[in-house]
Amino acid sequence: MRHGRYPFVLGFLVAPVVLYTIFVFYPITQLVFVATTNWSGLSPDFDNVGLENFEKIWQDSTFWQAVQHHLMLLIALPLITIALALFFAFLLNMGGGTRGGVMQGVWGSKFYRVVFFLPQVLAVVIVGVIFSRVYGPDQSGIINRLLSFVGIERVLFMSDYGMWAILGVLVWQAVGFYVVLFSAGMSSIPADLYEAAVLDGASRITIFFRVTIPLLWETIRVAWVYLGILAFDAFALVMVLSIEQGGPDGATAVLPVLIYKQGIRESEYGYASALGVSLFLLTITFAILALRAGRREAVEH
Amino acid sequence: MSILDKKTKREIRVLSGFGHVSLAIWALIILFPLGFAFLAAFKSNTEIFIGNPFGLPSNWDFASFGRAWSEANIGTYFINSIIVVSASTFGTMLLGAMAAYVLARYDFFGNRAIYYYFVAGLAFPVYVVLTPLYLVVQNFGLLGTHTGLILVYIAYSLPFTIFFLAAFFKTLPNAVAEAAMIDGASHTKLFFRVMLPMAKPGLVSITIFNIIGQWNQYVLPVALLPGGDAQSKWLLTQGIASISTSAGYQADWAALFAALTIAIIPMIIVYALFQRQIQSGLTAGAVK
Repeated sequence: MRHGRYPFVLGFLVAPVVLYTIFVFYPITQLVFVATTNWSGLSPDFDNVGLENFEKIWQDSTFWQAVQHHLMLLIALPLITIALALFFAFLLNMGGGTRGGVMQGVWGSKFYRVVFFLPQVLAVVIVGVIFSRVYGPDQSGIINRLLSFVGIERVLFMSDYGMWAILGVLVWQAVGFYVVLFSAGMSSIPADLYEAAVLDGASRITIFFRVTIPLLWETIRVAWVYLGILAFDAFALVMVLSIEQGGPDGATAVLPVLIYKQGIRESEYGYASALGVSLFLLTITFAILALRAGRREAVEH
Repeated sequence: MSILDKKTKREIRVLSGFGHVSLAIWALIILFPLGFAFLAAFKSNTEIFIGNPFGLPSNWDFASFGRAWSEANIGTYFINSIIVVSASTFGTMLLGAMAAYVLARYDFFGNRAIYYYFVAGLAFPVYVVLTPLYLVVQNFGLLGTHTGLILVYIAYSLPFTIFFLAAFFKTLPNAVAEAAMIDGASHTKLFFRVMLPMAKPGLVSITIFNIIGQWNQYVLPVALLPGGDAQSKWLLTQGIASISTSAGYQADWAALFAALTIAIIPMIIVYALFQRQIQSGLTAGAVK
């Protein structure tokens, strides 16, 4: 059994470890190093400038605009998505009548589940391009066209409400995923728990708040973390949907787009890496807070 | 009891009516923009913008698909995407399964250290390291090549793939493995002939997860396959974004919507066929 064991283990690990080290681990170690230099693509030599890049970031108003946008997404995206997804999952699983003591979903729930999940398999970029027509500023935009039928004046979505419009697309794409996730959680709640509640005369709404949500708490927490991580992204949508990729005037600025523009388009490697360090600190702070907060005694069933 | 019963029944009726309306509205919100894009592919610019944005096209003009495929290079981008994603998903699954397998089932010095070394990668979103990653790829002379992109896709897919598959390999029974070893199978043979087939459900989930994730990837191709010389190497997401952002009022909108349709249809077909597996594959990660 031991024969050839170590060569085998080594043989299986060497390729993945090398690849991961070169393209993931090494860039991570370089991040802090590059962030403390004034390296730009224009000249081959560069100096260590200590924390100068971070001082510049501190004074960069676009950076702070981006941070505010991430905070807005961090609160609004999970809140709206989870509320909608819980509501739909509830209807799909227990909105119908009771058959043989077991609560049923509404009629057509299979169809809805398939349709709601569909945006999840589409590339964010493609969704973004489609929504550039949904939010079109004139008569050609889908929403403005519909508004004109009822006589409401046109809305300049991307120039006046850029971040909210992007939030709308993120919610549009995410809800279905969490409907499926919560549905799976709901179907694993034992039926006799519900039966007892139904026999006690509890209404559907009471059951939802008193039985379903406490038992789904762990799943909801996971959903919160996932959506929170999504709130630090928004790269593709801002790139294809917003005016001037982050504008107008930083109104849709997000950190990934700033990093891309500074680091790859402008070749400001030092400054862009410092932005990367800042983004990392923000995401890791969120992750730690999210994992600590909301930890509640798990309800056993 | 009977009063309660009546109350519950009425509640269910109200809930069910209200529920149907809200579910139908959300389904419409999902399908309407997709349907709009699909139908617009067959319309003229005047029809899309002025005459008839929401109705069926006056004549089903497929020419826009030809223009999108050849003139706007969507055909090339589409094939590039297929090449890159097939290679990177295959590489991810092969290397990921190999690493996950030895980490899950072999006891050796440094096992845990290597496992956490991989899993720690999950804490670093690709945007954080975008600049140094770009410099590394450039140093290897891989900027603007599919090879570079494929290697980067594999490297960034490994942490989650290993995390997921290691947990899966741990659950497989020992008895079969022991029997195979007694029969004289080598470790390599045991892995490919016995363990991989047994791990099929887990492999299917994570393969779907990786295909969809890599197919939809946007920031890496944009950063690592810059314009100019590399434009013939562009991927589908990149190509569509570029057509869209450069489109003005003179633009060929029908061709843009045809390009979108070309990009969407395969995903919808695959989704329709493997709906159940895709839903469980994508949500599997969240449940873990």
